[in-house]
Amino acid sequence: MDFTHAEHHELLRKSVRDFARVEVAPHARKWDEEERFPKELVPKLAALGLLGIRIPEEYGGSGMDTTSYAICVEEIAKVDGSLALTVASHNGLGTGHILGFGSEAQKKKYLPKAARGEWLAAWALTEPGSGSDAAGLRTTARRDGDGWVIDGTKMFITQGSVGGFCVVLARTNPAVAKQRGITAFVVEHGTKGFSASKHLEKLGCRSSDTCELTFDEVRVGDEQRVGDIDCGFTDTMKILDRGRISIAAMALGLGYGALDMAVTYAKDRKQFGKAIAEFQAIQWMLADSKTELDAASLLTYRAAWLADEGRRYGQEASMAKLFASEASSRAINRALQIHGGYGYTREFAVERHLRDAKICEIGEGTSEVQRMVIAKGMLHDA
Amino acid sequence: MKILVPLKRVSDPDNANKIKVGAGKVETTGLEWKPNPFDEYAVETALRLTENGTNAKARLGEVTVVTFGPKETETTLRAALATGADKAIRVDTTDDAIDGDLLARALKALVEREKPDLVLLGKQQVDGDANQVAQLLAEYLGWPQATFAGQITSEADKALLVSREVDGGSIKLRVTLPAVVSVDLRIVNAVGVTSMHTPPTHKYSDGVRFAALMAIMAAKKKSLTEVKLTDLSPDTALKIKYTGFDLPPARKAGVKIKTVAELVQKLKTEAKVL
Repeated sequence: MDFTHAEHHELLRKSVRDFARVEVAPHARKWDEEERFPKELVPKLAALGLLGIRIPEEYGGSGMDTTSYAICVEEIAKVDGSLALTVASHNGLGTGHILGFGSEAQKKKYLPKAARGEWLAAWALTEPGSGSDAAGLRTTARRDGDGWVIDGTKMFITQGSVGGFCVVLARTNPAVAKQRGITAFVVEHGTKGFSASKHLEKLGCRSSDTCELTFDEVRVGDEQRVGDIDCGFTDTMKILDRGRISIAAMALGLGYGALDMAVTYAKDRKQFGKAIAEFQAIQWMLADSKTELDAASLLTYRAAWLADEGRRYGQEASMAKLFASEASSRAINRALQIHGGYGYTREFAVERHLRDAKICEIGEGTSEVQRMVIAKGMLHDA
Repeated sequence: MKILVPLKRVSDPDNANKIKVGAGKVETTGLEWKPNPFDEYAVETALRLTENGTNAKARLGEVTVVTFGPKETETTLRAALATGADKAIRVDTTDDAIDGDLLARALKALVEREKPDLVLLGKQQVDGDANQVAQLLAEYLGWPQATFAGQITSEADKALLVSREVDGGSIKLRVTLPAVVSVDLRIVNAVGVTSMHTPPTHKYSDGVRFAALMAIMAAKKKSLTEVKLTDLSPDTALKIKYTGFDLPPARKAGVKIKTVAELVQKLKTEAKVL
């Protein structure tokens, strides 16, 4: 067994780390406070290749694998959870759906623009009334001549207002079991009736764009349908599996980032005549965090490796996301505790990490949903 | 323009493991490595000289990187290939089997084989700090040299106008190619390099470029060849012999002085500066 990363993965990690240190870290606090999506960074993200990580080169992307996707998200999250969420969702959800299940014409139309950053991607599954019960969605798409008419409301949509296109899941057949009557459509910004109706204010990841979307008699042609009619939910589950790896990676980055801050602070901060790092109470917190984050990292990169090997990885992705997100929140809480009163202030980034990390326990399936998926894999899929 | 850039990995100053000194040598087990920063600046300089900055993907020259070291130093070369260098050569040897003079002699042979128009080097390595290779190489080749370059302007591919960093200011030199140039930190400023290919309105970012994801994948397919040191220099005798290594002495604790009289006394008898 070999636990070392491939050379190109190491080079990638270093490059994204350097980029995050120079282009992201100095601004992350300001973006968070202004609660503003950093549009000005998009060309730089595109130039580095971070907006088309898994898109093949023939469509203008970077042609990398799921492990690379996780590495990129982890390294960005070390300094900014919001941007990590942007990169994770743009690559994994919106463009991921076109990449995985779109027609050749759709790939040619959407993927190059996504990779160049001309069109950021949104992905609309969740609704005001359906979250964990994703298949309970009530947005509808009904046949209208050659095309479709979409009606409904979507909730918590990342890149909802800054995206150039959105892949939306809608019910096309109310007569069959709820998972079997759902179809995906790609809707472009500016399409009549499609709007970001509300910008949502959040606890963390505040410079990531989150919106409520309204579809009011939105007419699209059949060429905007992604995948087979009534088969959208199966595709959605596959998108979520891979997306969970990126959320695990985001949690890892936030956790490791905060742990680094805690180590630096503990060595520097003196109380009772010595560095607080010399106290066992602090050492145990650091040791627990390091151990749990490394365990989370092994789970995350195992799931990514399985995905890259073309093997089943849904259960492993859920285990990675469940454990990494909760380990990360614990590690950041300890890091904040080590910082004491200073950690509670916005002078130090650790409080921002704490707020940003919470979404990892909720987004792309709550911890509770992950446990359902893992147990289902053990009890029903064997 | 064809440019040869010698690179070396050095121990990362941010190493979690502190450097240890063993029997007459530095213990390298467990150390983390990074490219010598001045060498990275040399690569960046070479890339800026061989491209139109507004369309860096279309290479307008050839940049070859070379390192001297064991197999694992190929990572340093691959990193340079991922930022845009075209091909790489590893001369198989180890750190303690080479010194600046042997390196310069081997590089001379490599220059005769590769026929570059320009050899660009970092001004020195941040581990040994010898600052010898560029000067020796120019001497052995009989080529013009310009060291500590803070600014370079390429003139119609035949000559370079080089601003050298010296005490109290800078000196401008015009070198006719082929030449040897070593670079200093300021060369990677936004305006450090002016290439005839790049419109003067184009502004680079300060510092070295990041390896783009697509370029990292492309680097896997670029040529990386291995050469034996003895093929370049049959004479591998060293001119520098290290007799021992010591860590800097640990700082002693200071003392608190209560009166001026005591201070003056100590300055006289202990520090002996009065």
